[in-house]
Amino acid sequence: MKSENSANAASAFEYAPAPESRSVVDIAPSYGLFIDGEFTEAADGKVFKSVSPSTEEVLSEVAQAGDADVDRAVKAARKAFEKWSALPGAERAKYLFRIARIIQERSRELAVLETLDNGKPIKETRDADLPLVAAHFFYYAGWADKLDHAGYGANPRPLGVAGQVIPWNFPLLMLAWKIAPALATGNTVVLKPAETTPLSALFFADICRQAGLPKGVVNILPGYGDAGAALTAHPDVNKVAFTGSTAVGKQIARTVAGTDKKLTLELGGKGANIVFDDAPIDQAVEGIITGIFFNQGQVCCAGSRLLVQESIQDELLDSLKRRLSTLRLGDPLDKNTDIGAINSAEQLARITALAETGEAEGAERWSAPCELPTSGYWFAPTLFTNVTQAHTVARDEIFGPVLSVLSFRTPEEAVAKANNTQYGLSAGIWTEKGSRILAVANRLRAGVVWANTFNKFDPTSPFGGYKESGFGREGGRHGLEAYLDV
Amino acid sequence: MDAVGLEARAAALGTRSIKTSAKAYAIDLAISMIDLTTLEGADTAGKVRALGAKAVHPDPTDRTTPRTAAVCVYPDMVATAKQAVAGTDVKVASVATAFPAGRAALDVKLADVRDAVAAGADEIDMVIDRGAFLSGDFMKVYEEIVAVKEASGQARLKVIFETGELSTYDNIRRASWIGMLAGADFIKTSTGKVGVNATPANTLLMLEAVRDFRAQTGVQVGVKPAGGIRTSKDAIKFLVLVNETAGADWLDNHWFRFGASSLLNDLLMQRQKLATGRYSGPDYVTVD
Repeated sequence: MKSENSANAASAFEYAPAPESRSVVDIAPSYGLFIDGEFTEAADGKVFKSVSPSTEEVLSEVAQAGDADVDRAVKAARKAFEKWSALPGAERAKYLFRIARIIQERSRELAVLETLDNGKPIKETRDADLPLVAAHFFYYAGWADKLDHAGYGANPRPLGVAGQVIPWNFPLLMLAWKIAPALATGNTVVLKPAETTPLSALFFADICRQAGLPKGVVNILPGYGDAGAALTAHPDVNKVAFTGSTAVGKQIARTVAGTDKKLTLELGGKGANIVFDDAPIDQAVEGIITGIFFNQGQVCCAGSRLLVQESIQDELLDSLKRRLSTLRLGDPLDKNTDIGAINSAEQLARITALAETGEAEGAERWSAPCELPTSGYWFAPTLFTNVTQAHTVARDEIFGPVLSVLSFRTPEEAVAKANNTQYGLSAGIWTEKGSRILAVANRLRAGVVWANTFNKFDPTSPFGGYKESGFGREGGRHGLEAYLDV
Repeated sequence: MDAVGLEARAAALGTRSIKTSAKAYAIDLAISMIDLTTLEGADTAGKVRALGAKAVHPDPTDRTTPRTAAVCVYPDMVATAKQAVAGTDVKVASVATAFPAGRAALDVKLADVRDAVAAGADEIDMVIDRGAFLSGDFMKVYEEIVAVKEASGQARLKVIFETGELSTYDNIRRASWIGMLAGADFIKTSTGKVGVNATPANTLLMLEAVRDFRAQTGVQVGVKPAGGIRTSKDAIKFLVLVNETAGADWLDNHWFRFGASSLLNDLLMQRQKLATGRYSGPDYVTVD
């Protein structure tokens, strides 16, 4: 029943466009490699284009590192290592604190840049990525002069040159996870950002200069898989850190086998989000959405398998579908956008293919009713019901906005199904009963177990996987170990 | 209820950016949803007449401004308020049932209600017996609401939980269901007389409750946050909660109200700003 006395300015509450200003970031038409404190062209002069996934617009042309550039960068890092590692921890801390503060000061610019290059919503880069990036540098800056108290004895030594290869899903955050602990412990760095998202790493190179970081301490080499392979195989690299796919991780493990390189791998996942019948439904629905639709599901620790107790399955799915229908997909720079673009055509093709496999194998597909933009790479939030452990969509990492829904009857069955995967990166438990949280969490083989929340990150908390999700921990005191000779 | 998750969701919806045409729509909608309220011991007929005039013509310089939904007064002021809004669609709401404490015998509460209804109240804002609720006597709470609903006759019944005294979100959710099952036409957060009144989180949870209640029973119940909502920005955040939780069916003053007084002038100033491009100031809206 409508009353006569209602508003007249518009007929419905439709949010007007609220785009974040693009003019806060100045993207140059071309960028070089960052080696020994200078931007330089690639030795062979190769370049590649970085494209905005939401519009397919070319953002910039970037130098593409090859073997000769990797060698040059490693040499620069080796040369810088001597002085950098000899600095008192308190002095290294000053640089890290300075970097952290510059990141905070430039966070709006960096958030817009990251959204343009990656395709994720500005809401996420503004409220999640950038605050976490700064927090990570602040956190490890605090460790730099306290390494004696990290639990590795007095005066633990750095390893030397760290070769780091990072993915495209959280470009600047993954850079922070790699570079902050490396520098705090006295290592120097050669980092290769992903080929689809090189820009924020290049802006970080500029921040290193702005902070007066000695040249050669951080080197940034945009490039493809061949540059990553050359970096991880380089004989003068002492430490390899990789975040990315399990397939590439295995290749790297083979490459460094038989060398004295220290290796940490943070790979794929197929996280189980377990909802018990006494869970707070509305909050669980939010957690499921955060679990699988944060960053369009392109998150290694995504809660991509929903395990729901059979007695509440229908109610939960009704709530979930209703809520998914309210997600706002579109222009990532719009402050009201919940779901942005898929990072690349290649990734979109992979998601599409796996979703088709799901249908072909008999799982029931449901997609949120939303209009997809005509240019760019887009995939509607999707869930599969009637999924069993045997389905491909329950086993393979999709790395996209696709949720597989499975049911269970007892806590034992939930734990068995959750652990029945080649991966072991993350899991979530939803129940109002504290004792059940503890009992179930203890039996889950996953590096991170969230209780009544999901995808919550903090630099003080170690992160890493079991099984094919990799080894080694990043973040927290534990994250220091990978960069120390202990 | 998970408090952390509920508050996080309310905060996340609070970051929605409502601009230009959406803002204009939201401001007019918010004005039309106000129960313009005076509940003071010092209330006089003159004060209530002024309030009524304000409800009918919130902005005398711009007759396109929507009227407020209602004026909300104590029972002894209902007759005066009726006269003040006579001939318009502005409703008169009356608090009753020994508002705000609710500490009186049921007969006294019912007499309070009948008195207000007899004086012409279109809507009754009752308070639940928080003492009974907190001591676990939910049946007493339920039966009182049923009795008040009956005494209210044709008047629409708003049931105030005084969420600040119920304290936990689990309690607020339980009270919401008791109220709706007992026949409430509206569920309302607070009296405005205690420290914690309407918050985005407790209103979000009540919106979830009315949404779920309609899904299960087919009966739609309104929601009224009251107390502490003073700025346009806050009001728009509440409308976003309505829009993205209960949905567009509740975006009407038949189903959603703001219990407020100072909010109206802030909405009017924002409305003038949108219309003229300039901020005016407190002297360009009426003080009533």
